[in-house]
Amino acid sequence: MSASVSSTVSSPAAAPEEGNSLWRDAWLRLRKNRLAVFGGAALAFVALACFVGPFLSPYGYEEQNLDLGASAPSAAHWLGTDTLGRDLLVRLLYGGRVSLGVGLAATFVALTIGVVYGAVAGYSGGKRDAFMMRAVDIMYSLPFTIFVILLMVFFGRNIILLFVAIGAVEWLTMARIVRGQVMSVKRMEFIEAARSLGFGRRRIIFRHILPNILGPIIVYTTLTIPGVMLLEAFLSFLGLGVQPPMSSWGVLIKDGAEKMEEFPWLLIFPGTVFSLTLFSLNFLGDGLRDALDVRASKD
Amino acid sequence: MLRFFASRLLQSLLALIIIITATFFMLRFVPGGPFTSEKAVTPEILRNLEAHYGLDQPLWKQYFDYLGSLAQGDFGPSFKYPNRTVNEILADKLPVSLELGFLSLLVALLIGLPLGILAAVRRNTWVDYVASSFGMVGISIPTFVVGPLLVLALAIHLGWFNASGWYSPIDRVLPCLVLGIAYAAPISRLTRGGMLEVLSQDFIRTARAKGASELRVVLRHSLKGGLLPVVSFLGPAIAGILTGSFVIETIFQIPGIGREFVNSAFNRDYTLVLGTVILYAVLIMALNLAADVVQAWMNPKVRLEA
Amino acid sequence: MTRRFLFLALATALLVGGCKPRDTATPTAGSTGAGAGSRVLHLGNGTEPQDLDPQIVTGVPENKIVNALFEGLVAYGPNGQGTIPAAAASWSISEDGLIYTFNLQPNGRWSNGEPVTAADFVGSYRRILNPKLASEYANKLYPVVGAREFHEGKLQDFSKTGFKALDARTLQITLKRPTSFLIESLKHYAWFPVHLPTVEKFGGLERKGSAWTKPGNLIGNGPYILTEWAMQQRVIVDQSPTYWDRAALRTDRIVFYPTENIETEERMFRTGQLHKTNELPLDKTDVYRREQPESLRIDPLLGIYFFRINLTRPPLNDKRIRRALALAINREVIVEKVTRQNQKPAYNACPPMESFTSPVRLTGDLAEARRLLAEAGYPDGKGLRPIELLYNTSQNHKKIAEALQQMWRQNLGVDISLVNQEWKVYLDSQDTLSYDLSRAGWIADYVDPNTFFDLWRTGDGNNDTGFSNAEYDRLLEEALGTSDQAARRAIYARMDAILMDELPIIPLYFYTRTYAANPRLQAPPNLVETPNYKFIYLRD
Repeated sequence: MSASVSSTVSSPAAAPEEGNSLWRDAWLRLRKNRLAVFGGAALAFVALACFVGPFLSPYGYEEQNLDLGASAPSAAHWLGTDTLGRDLLVRLLYGGRVSLGVGLAATFVALTIGVVYGAVAGYSGGKRDAFMMRAVDIMYSLPFTIFVILLMVFFGRNIILLFVAIGAVEWLTMARIVRGQVMSVKRMEFIEAARSLGFGRRRIIFRHILPNILGPIIVYTTLTIPGVMLLEAFLSFLGLGVQPPMSSWGVLIKDGAEKMEEFPWLLIFPGTVFSLTLFSLNFLGDGLRDALDVRASKD
Repeated sequence: MLRFFASRLLQSLLALIIIITATFFMLRFVPGGPFTSEKAVTPEILRNLEAHYGLDQPLWKQYFDYLGSLAQGDFGPSFKYPNRTVNEILADKLPVSLELGFLSLLVALLIGLPLGILAAVRRNTWVDYVASSFGMVGISIPTFVVGPLLVLALAIHLGWFNASGWYSPIDRVLPCLVLGIAYAAPISRLTRGGMLEVLSQDFIRTARAKGASELRVVLRHSLKGGLLPVVSFLGPAIAGILTGSFVIETIFQIPGIGREFVNSAFNRDYTLVLGTVILYAVLIMALNLAADVVQAWMNPKVRLEA
Repeated sequence: MTRRFLFLALATALLVGGCKPRDTATPTAGSTGAGAGSRVLHLGNGTEPQDLDPQIVTGVPENKIVNALFEGLVAYGPNGQGTIPAAAASWSISEDGLIYTFNLQPNGRWSNGEPVTAADFVGSYRRILNPKLASEYANKLYPVVGAREFHEGKLQDFSKTGFKALDARTLQITLKRPTSFLIESLKHYAWFPVHLPTVEKFGGLERKGSAWTKPGNLIGNGPYILTEWAMQQRVIVDQSPTYWDRAALRTDRIVFYPTENIETEERMFRTGQLHKTNELPLDKTDVYRREQPESLRIDPLLGIYFFRINLTRPPLNDKRIRRALALAINREVIVEKVTRQNQKPAYNACPPMESFTSPVRLTGDLAEARRLLAEAGYPDGKGLRPIELLYNTSQNHKKIAEALQQMWRQNLGVDISLVNQEWKVYLDSQDTLSYDLSRAGWIADYVDPNTFFDLWRTGDGNNDTGFSNAEYDRLLEEALGTSDQAARRAIYARMDAILMDELPIIPLYFYTRTYAANPRLQAPPNLVETPNYKFIYLRD
């Protein structure tokens, strides 16, 4: 049964060419998936709005109008203003730059470390796996707040630290998931076959195993992004991350949550944009998963 | 098998010692100490305080003293709450968080698993869309929004519940629901992902081709493999959920241990930080072990390696 | 099997969720507001009390409970001000203002029935001054002869201090010099007596935080006794049967709730779980003003919100720039548009109180501010490096900092960068002078200007600005030894003038305490948040 699988995924001789057509096929399939296309388009729209929108706005993100204070959406301020009379729309757009940037970049960091680490541990097994996984246990257990404060003491406050701090926690569960998947796949026949053909470990892991466990990786990645964006809000509590008057989606939602009764728009708009972005990401992720599904591709 | 567990125990003990050591020394390099306060104490009083708690000793001696008392099961006194020991605080508050965590976990699994499985089996139908939407909404709306919203609606406007507290059984409903939904969302997404992975595999096609009923296909053939990623996720997630949630416990005024994880660090309550860290470390290692065992059981291809 | 069990569990949970709890001892929705003549108070109390030992604790939440369980020599009067007898029935002060003689209540009893004696007070003072106990407020007793020496270990013989039990009911306290705020400071819990045999029994006099403060163990001399203390849930106190003035109490039981999250606290108030909150979220204040003004209370509070300036770091070591910054703030706008809880704009370093209202006022206009900045070499802020404004993370501090940032930029062209830090890191930064400008607050421990001026003494642990002025230090000492009130006020005015000239701090506003309370709740405002529970009750 697995002979056909292995030939599609990774017939050794044809791998390079097949790899290209694999990606092309995936792209074609993705384009046919309406939800995924919608998700991708929505995401692109949000990103574009965040990066271009502020230039079109008559207001600055820090521009206060204390006489106005918090005001409901109006013609002058489409999404209303916050308690210092700042335009919510422009703050939301600027905040999107931060959140999308941090969310995607930090998730990418976590994804890369987690996948490589988990795959190596899971594939190697034995002592190396035990060592690597106990290291993960240790990382899980260290007090995060203290860790972040210490980072700031030694390195000052800078943006790279933000990624280090977020990356340090977010890759752990990814590594465990990938390891579990790799362990379940690595004894399958087509992997044994690849091994018997004398392929190196790296090639087997990245060419043969990873494509078969992409599903959970993509799903968990889309789960990580909102976590990262909210973690950023916690880090800004510790003084790492965006500095006021600049804001981010996480911080806007946190602030808005405290005022949800008095000034509901301060929660509703950031919350909606945040949710819609994540919805789009998930649709795109599901579509990607389907498109890259090596087994389904035979149908 | 025995060798596996013995080796794992040994590894974990070693890891625990590393965790304790790292935490102990990290704490001492962080600015501010347990007696740093807005109204500064005089240098004499600070010296007295440090002497009272043995903080005037050389650091290495404090470290070995701490390990010594730890070996006897004594976590030391709390700095923030002088008339309680860390042992008392853990014993007092852990059961509350365990109860909160267990009930929430129940909610999470009861909602998350069925939704995920349904979504996978009825992929790309309205069932899938509804289930997936629930998952995404649950992921993208944080607990600090859902919690107050439910309180406003059900406690303040309808008067069904107290706004906060942990006194009578009814007080459990809202916090467990909020925390449960927060975990149900990722569980449902991961379940769907894992199930899809399995459902498209050849042996499932074979089973279907042989005319096995859909229910049988799902329960017999795919559940085990499909839940693998969920199990990997649940290891750390259960450790997290059982040790309480800072946000939920704060919003609902629940006297659990979750708040202490965050607050003890802010208070620089050295001993309490270490106590909570040890507790969490033991749980996470035990649950990751459990996850490994369950995975091996679910998939015979996975071997437990010592 | 398992599935069935899970289903049953869920069904049970739903059923339980559907009916009201029958446990009437616990507060349930609507239960507290009910029934006239209900003599139970439910009060939001801020954070979880650290301990209830008056010689150990340091915070306001602890203060509120300790005042129910213990009683000092004197207390605040019915309107939250003035002085009335408490554990002392009467007292006299010698001509030279050095010797205070207190006659204790003839019926004063501990909650176990034993009489409260002068020896109990002397023994308690000996305990708090014992360096091994490491009490953080031991220095409150320093005005007394020998107290400081004993506490610093320079004096071993406690009988050589100024604390004397003349007989069972007469306590004499001898001061080093006339300290006119002594009676005020006696209302601070550092001066409260503890029941030494009980303390002794549970771990000894030198041990901090022994079990003596737990329910069942705690013996106090206050109007209430400790019934329950469930950590992070509630503290319950009930009327003490042995209290000498029990007839004056109009509340049978008080339940204190640790309410760390002020949004949660406000919701508890609305479901009727609380008669009084500890605070009110800023944005809720306007809602209460509009919709239920009868539940909104804004009490004066003896405290000041200000900014410390690091005088050791350029460019703020230049007085002209400090003055420019201080003048370029529109405090009325901050108070009316940003903080919105009836705070008073502050133009000097000491909030007004009955005994002293400073005549000093920081004056000058924006034109002067700009001129000063130009004189200092930075016309319109050009060439000035960005100045860091440090604050500890909090919604309100952030909001104020953002408003000031904008004001300084618009009014002076000065670039301010905001830096927030977690509480203890922030305190450390202030302490080690690693900041430019730092948000700060100070709430008085007792009602006297000394508590505000003492801060800026050279080398004081709370100075944290690098400010050092010989004349100022001299005046501070002089004021302590002056018993003539008018002369003392004049000295404090001169000190205030020095501060507003040198500007080691930029005052912003004087605090208020804003909270929600049941309209029937009688609770006289107190400037330092020290309650006298005889005057706190629900009106019928």
